[in-house]
Amino acid sequence: MFNILEARDLAPGVRYVRVEAPKIARRRKAGQFVIIRATSDGERIPLTIADSNAEEGWIALIVQGVGKATKTLNRLGAGDAIPDVAGPLGMPSRIERFGTVVSIGGGVGTAIAYPSAVALKEAGNQVISIIGGRDSSYVLLEEEMRAVCDEVYPTTDDGSYGYHGFVTDKLTDLIEEGRHLDFVLAIGPIPMMKAVAEVTRPHSIETVVSLNPIMVDGTGMCGGCRVAVGGETKFACVDGPEFDAHLVDFELLAMRNRAYAGFENTRLDEMDQECDRPQLLPVVPGGSA
Amino acid sequence: MTEFTLKDRMAMARQKMPEQEPVERRGNFTEVNLGFTAELAVAEAQRCLMCRRPVCIEGCPVGVQIRDFIGLVAEGDFDGAAKVIKLDNSLPAVCGRVCPQEDQCEGACVLGRKDKPIAIGALERFVADYERLNGIATADAPPVSTGKSVAIVGSGPAGLACATDLARLGHDVTVFEALHVLGGVLSYGIPEFRLPKEIVQAEIIQLEKLGVTFTTNAVIGMIDTLDDLLGEEGFDAIFVGVGAGLPRFPAIPGENLVGVYSANEFLTRVNLMKAYKPDAETPVYDVTGKTVAVFGGGNTAMDAVRTAVRLGAAKASIVYRRSEAEMPARNEEIVHAKHEGVEFRMLANPVEFLGNEEGVLTAMRLQEMELGEPDQSGRQSPVPITGSEWVEDVDMVVVAIGNSPNPLLQKTTPDLEQTRRGTLVADGVTGRTSKHGVFAGGDIVTGGATVILAMGAGRRAAVSINDYLNTGEWEIEPEAPLVG
Repeated sequence: MFNILEARDLAPGVRYVRVEAPKIARRRKAGQFVIIRATSDGERIPLTIADSNAEEGWIALIVQGVGKATKTLNRLGAGDAIPDVAGPLGMPSRIERFGTVVSIGGGVGTAIAYPSAVALKEAGNQVISIIGGRDSSYVLLEEEMRAVCDEVYPTTDDGSYGYHGFVTDKLTDLIEEGRHLDFVLAIGPIPMMKAVAEVTRPHSIETVVSLNPIMVDGTGMCGGCRVAVGGETKFACVDGPEFDAHLVDFELLAMRNRAYAGFENTRLDEMDQECDRPQLLPVVPGGSA
Repeated sequence: MTEFTLKDRMAMARQKMPEQEPVERRGNFTEVNLGFTAELAVAEAQRCLMCRRPVCIEGCPVGVQIRDFIGLVAEGDFDGAAKVIKLDNSLPAVCGRVCPQEDQCEGACVLGRKDKPIAIGALERFVADYERLNGIATADAPPVSTGKSVAIVGSGPAGLACATDLARLGHDVTVFEALHVLGGVLSYGIPEFRLPKEIVQAEIIQLEKLGVTFTTNAVIGMIDTLDDLLGEEGFDAIFVGVGAGLPRFPAIPGENLVGVYSANEFLTRVNLMKAYKPDAETPVYDVTGKTVAVFGGGNTAMDAVRTAVRLGAAKASIVYRRSEAEMPARNEEIVHAKHEGVEFRMLANPVEFLGNEEGVLTAMRLQEMELGEPDQSGRQSPVPITGSEWVEDVDMVVVAIGNSPNPLLQKTTPDLEQTRRGTLVADGVTGRTSKHGVFAGGDIVTGGATVILAMGAGRRAAVSINDYLNTGEWEIEPEAPLVG
């Protein structure tokens, strides 16, 4: 069992979960993920490692409750435990001294971009961070980003905080201002990553995105996470999850991620009905919530 | 016990294992084969001629003392028979079910000349089940420790067989498994209706009693490299039995459409993640009333297509590019699939998968094949017939055309020599690799093969690992083979 040391809300439906996993904490590099199961009969789901501390022996996960597995995980708190955490998995982010880099995070994607932003800064880059959210409550980790980045631009779709517009609008502004950008890392919803790729493509700015396909084992065994990159089939779990944004087939990824939408809705409906019942299913360590 | 003459024995009929009726089993995931009763087992064992030179044993990759255990079954001493089997085979309930006996022990049996070899597999299964169900399994007490430790990477058949022999020799054995469940292909690959998972778990519990430590969620190559295991983790030797787990795809248009699965994914969702149960948390494509095509002709293809039948597919077919004679699947699996209503479509190959605007599979373009010159495998090679393409509707496709070795471990172990196919280079007898202290066996060395061949490799490597631990010598003349 893996103990949860801390769990708190970051934004509506988004939790910061710190899990005791000393060995993974020692081994993991920016950009890698773990596969977890929140309960003993739960689904295996991939979650990018958002932070870690080798000395204290923990990793941090940022969990957006979208399906049953993530919502179940998000009901757990400090003192609970989860049965399975496997990792670190995937290729680490490519960290080099590029020059000026832009780290773009959309919603929960900011949390995934954060460790790479730290590593890019440590590698000697000038790091600009754009943090996008639907509204102010979804602008995540601004403080943390400010602590490591040279410039930080929060943006909101509704203008409730920071720059009024999409992350791509801010990125376009930077390019039009004549800023020389050497490398862009964009992590967030598929439409956002696709839009960033289209902004940087005409300027030939090297752009990398972190993909989030459906996975089962996370070790290359099932091929469920296959994505098309430059016309070739790749397994996101072992070849990625980061790929050249200008070569990724985002439509295919979006379609594959919808494969079980109907099933997921059924499970969520059941879950909602369970919640209506008064305390029949208490949250217990490792038990089903 | 009645004394039978040789003539009596040869006149006896081979006992047939009872099985679930096809109509019934199409709708459930419980085991198809029901196993011998004690009466059937004794009757079958009495047919054995007790050959002075039992050629059946030469046909067994792990060298089970077949004649001796069958002799005990004939006398009704099932407990004794179990002890004899376990001297050489740590997973008899598994092997009795999934070994290709027709090509091994039963293929060698002298009674086979008259086309009715002793049903050795069924007897092995009976004995193992008898022992388990009657609670008489007495695991050996852990022996005196040698103080040497071995890391086994992978808890599939090769790793489990190697772990058993090393633990019996007193070595401290730790098995690392990447998934959350032990057993490798026995757990994620082979379906419940052919190998109930409780049997796999029961055999693993026996190994725990023997003192073997199991660690799940340990993806070696990522959390620890082989050098970490030999270095800071302090293991004296490593056995790599990670299998061939990277699914191959045909590299044709449309292979990434929703509804196109690798056999690994389809079977993992259903077996490991229990997607066949109505309340499972892990989904699998709903094939109720739909059309399913499985590409491939091996046991995995049979497992996938029979799984689709059980999930409610209205029409399930095997599509294979050669003819039935070239199919690598066991005859038993082919017959079972046919009885369950699976359609066999030979000499056909997919060239494209077609989908709708949602990216969901709707149809496949197939082409007709003919058999040409023999290829490297010795089988006639399939050759496309020009202009023979046609399109037909299909709702789900499973690609079961084989697996490549998973490169995850090799990526972080550059000094582990591999072949162009990505398999590890290891001595066929000793399992020694190019890396000092590291042994390998099973599918990671041979490419996709069978459970029992992997177990044989695991056992041979255990002999060699024991020698290495005792002598410290790495460069050696090849060992004599364990068997034959």
